Amino acid sequence: MPALPALEVLSLARRFGDTAAVRNLDLAVGSGEIVSLVGHSGCGKSSLLRLIAGVDTPDAGCIRIDGEEVAGPNRFVEPERRRIGFVFQDYALFPHLTVGSNIRFGLKTVPKSEAGKRVRDMLERVGLAAHADRYPHELSGGEQQRVALARALAPAPRLLLMDEPFSNLDRALREGVRRKTLSLIRQFGITAIIVSHDPEEALSSGDRVVLMQAGEIVQAGSAYDLYDRPSSPYAAEFFAACNRVPGRVRNAHVDTALGAFPAPHGLDDGDDALALIRPTGIDVVADGGDGEVMARELMGEIETIRVRLPGLAEPLTIRSTRRLPAGIRRVGVSIAPGAAMIFPVRPC
Amino acid sequence: MALVAGTAPSAQTAPRGRRPIWCLAAGIVAGLVVLPVLALGSEAIGGSLGLWSHLAGTILPAALADTLLLLLGVGLIAGFLGVTLAWLVTAHDFPGRGILEWALLLPLAVPTYIVAYAYLDILHPIGAFQGAVRWILGYSSPREFRLPDIRSLAGCVLLLSLVLYPYVYLTTRAMFLSQSANLLDAARTLGTPRRRLFRRVALPLARPAIAVGVSLTLMEALNDIGASEFLGVRTLTVSIYTTWVTKNDLAGATQIALLLLAIVVALVSFERWARRRQGYVSGSRGRTMQPERHDGLKGIGLCALGVLPVVFGFVVPAVYLAAEAWKRWRFAGLSDRLVGEAVDTLLYAGGATLLTLVLGVVAAFALRLSPGWTGPLIYRLATTGYAMPGTVVAIGVLLVVAPFDRLVDGAARDWFGVSTGLLLIGSGTALIYAYVVRFLAITAGSADAGLARVPKSLDDAARTLGRSAGGTLCAVHLPLTRASLAAGALLVFVDCIKELPATLLLRPLNMETFATHLYGEAARGTYEEASLAALAIVLIGILPVIVLSRVGRNPSS
Repeated sequence: MPALPALEVLSLARRFGDTAAVRNLDLAVGSGEIVSLVGHSGCGKSSLLRLIAGVDTPDAGCIRIDGEEVAGPNRFVEPERRRIGFVFQDYALFPHLTVGSNIRFGLKTVPKSEAGKRVRDMLERVGLAAHADRYPHELSGGEQQRVALARALAPAPRLLLMDEPFSNLDRALREGVRRKTLSLIRQFGITAIIVSHDPEEALSSGDRVVLMQAGEIVQAGSAYDLYDRPSSPYAAEFFAACNRVPGRVRNAHVDTALGAFPAPHGLDDGDDALALIRPTGIDVVADGGDGEVMARELMGEIETIRVRLPGLAEPLTIRSTRRLPAGIRRVGVSIAPGAAMIFPVRPC
Repeated sequence: MALVAGTAPSAQTAPRGRRPIWCLAAGIVAGLVVLPVLALGSEAIGGSLGLWSHLAGTILPAALADTLLLLLGVGLIAGFLGVTLAWLVTAHDFPGRGILEWALLLPLAVPTYIVAYAYLDILHPIGAFQGAVRWILGYSSPREFRLPDIRSLAGCVLLLSLVLYPYVYLTTRAMFLSQSANLLDAARTLGTPRRRLFRRVALPLARPAIAVGVSLTLMEALNDIGASEFLGVRTLTVSIYTTWVTKNDLAGATQIALLLLAIVVALVSFERWARRRQGYVSGSRGRTMQPERHDGLKGIGLCALGVLPVVFGFVVPAVYLAAEAWKRWRFAGLSDRLVGEAVDTLLYAGGATLLTLVLGVVAAFALRLSPGWTGPLIYRLATTGYAMPGTVVAIGVLLVVAPFDRLVDGAARDWFGVSTGLLLIGSGTALIYAYVVRFLAITAGSADAGLARVPKSLDDAARTLGRSAGGTLCAVHLPLTRASLAAGALLVFVDCIKELPATLLLRPLNMETFATHLYGEAARGTYEEASLAALAIVLIGILPVIVLSRVGRNPSS
């Protein structure tokens, strides 16, 4: 990361009535980095974005962009002077203006000829050159999204914020639009924060993933860090539902009904622990065992199988590519090496 | 924790008041509106308290009784008419229903003082109607046969109800239209016959809307000065006028105005209470009621029944005015005096509309920018004038403006040896001020309604794209709320033209509007050019009826 982060957020806080939307939050984003901000709805990710953009005022803490304080105890820079591009969830295209005028909207201070050139260039880049004179309601959802992006990028902002930019699109469209958007952002080399509530989308659309819960950052790191090495059960289960297997530490191992797993540092003998295993981390073995097949659901490539094991309160959920014989009642299970993620159980 | 000063933000400094300019501007607007009421209050408290007992012993008891009886009568009759007619055109379908639906609003175009003015002449013992009746019955003189005098409390109640029922009709019909048909169908499957639906389901559901409509009607009735005066009913409003103008007793007028204000506060509380309960009904959406079709004789009968109020509330007075105006026109053409009045009327109404529109937008925009408690409070204060009778507003404005005028005049005499006279009153500024106080709620309301349809994300988008709050207003909000603002401005414009009580009290010397001209002639009992002025007012008054006729309809369908 370069010496000066493009964006710094320090102990930021914002309350709405009794709920803390953002609490004591710290975040630094490097220049040119694309951060994927993810969390369940209501976790405060959109509030954080609005605070950074300046369309909302923090209760405490400070925000710096390129080292300049834009919000702090004694300073507040109005949004129109922050030079931040914002793509809204509903795109917020001005319905009374054409596509071209929408993109030109942020270029008021740019000389006329230069602004016209920039509008044409942006339309070219998002592939909407033929649509300059159309009105927003005449465009498809995907096209509107591109206009919103072009409008946000046209004034050459220091930072691009996108609030759920793909959530209003059909599933079929979303993938393609997301890829094109990311490649455009990379072409511009602009620092960006993309907010999403979709785990898969979040994992695949940034250099770094930041997971939020109840106004706080739970974990930040690469997509691999978050998926493979979650720091908490919450982080682990956010990206995919897990089988929860309770156990106890003995001889540096966690003993569970599924066998013993190496215990991580910080766990002592006698401690309670919880092993989380993703459904893809377990496989079924057809040749008999003490597992009872409760239900099978064929999804196509994979099959979801529910297996009840003695000593486990809940049946395991297993997603396997192996095709079991029809009518099979009893199976064995095997855990892939390293698939069990061990977390301490805090006594309540 | 906060050991290092300056790094840890302290709780007091954190949330700064943003957009203070807009809040400040709206605060000033609200202050201007509230000032007359405050002045009224302080004057009444500071004024000679002994006067109360004097008033209480003389005119007050009769005026209060007449006012309350008038309100009761108008509330009952206008409420009955409005609800019945609303149900007639939503639950039944018959030949001419489409036209009748909006035609029932036409009486709104006839101000109370004009309907009284017209009927006074039509029903005069030696006028056209009674003459015709006597001719048919074979009597030869009014001594042998005459109808009960329209110049009575009962007559006043009847005439006011005839032109004010559309308020109830409008709100109730909108409510009937928004009621989900499923509710009515559910009642029918539960064994309610069609003819009992009204009583058992529709009416109870519409009660909040009826209450709102009735309270609007009563506010208008309370505001009326002309009809009561012409018909000889000495209401509180009339008493204020005579106490001030005839007896030159401002303190006494102020105290009656306060009493009137107390009635208004009661009405407004009633309306608020009714609106509060509106929530549980307006939530239902979906298929609306399918009216029952009647053809043949029954259909024509229903149509005729629905047409009656339009005939008496609009057609008869309008035709009478047109005929009288035509006669006058043939006789004398347009006098210079009338042309001058037209110019004055339009200038004052136009100026007041423009100012009201701008201030209303400021109030509504500040409300949008500060959703905490300041914005709503300021907005609420700025729109308090809508319920105040014109006489109350006029006295309040006078109490604010007169000391200012005296101050300026005194200062000018002391320093320059010139008298400025009554600067604000003489120039008509005071009148415009009163119009703004009284009608600001209309423009602020339509601006607010227009803004509510603009997503907040558009504001944020414009701000992040480099526009200030004001720049956003001009580039985004105003273009998007144009239609709504225009409708509000039209309503204010027409209301200013129709306005009588405040205009009567605050107009500069030698300035007449159509309304005050009509009042003057009717009060003197002369019927010269007033018919032309009255016809002009009625014709202009039809404009907002066109706007209102769209209210309550589903905008999408």
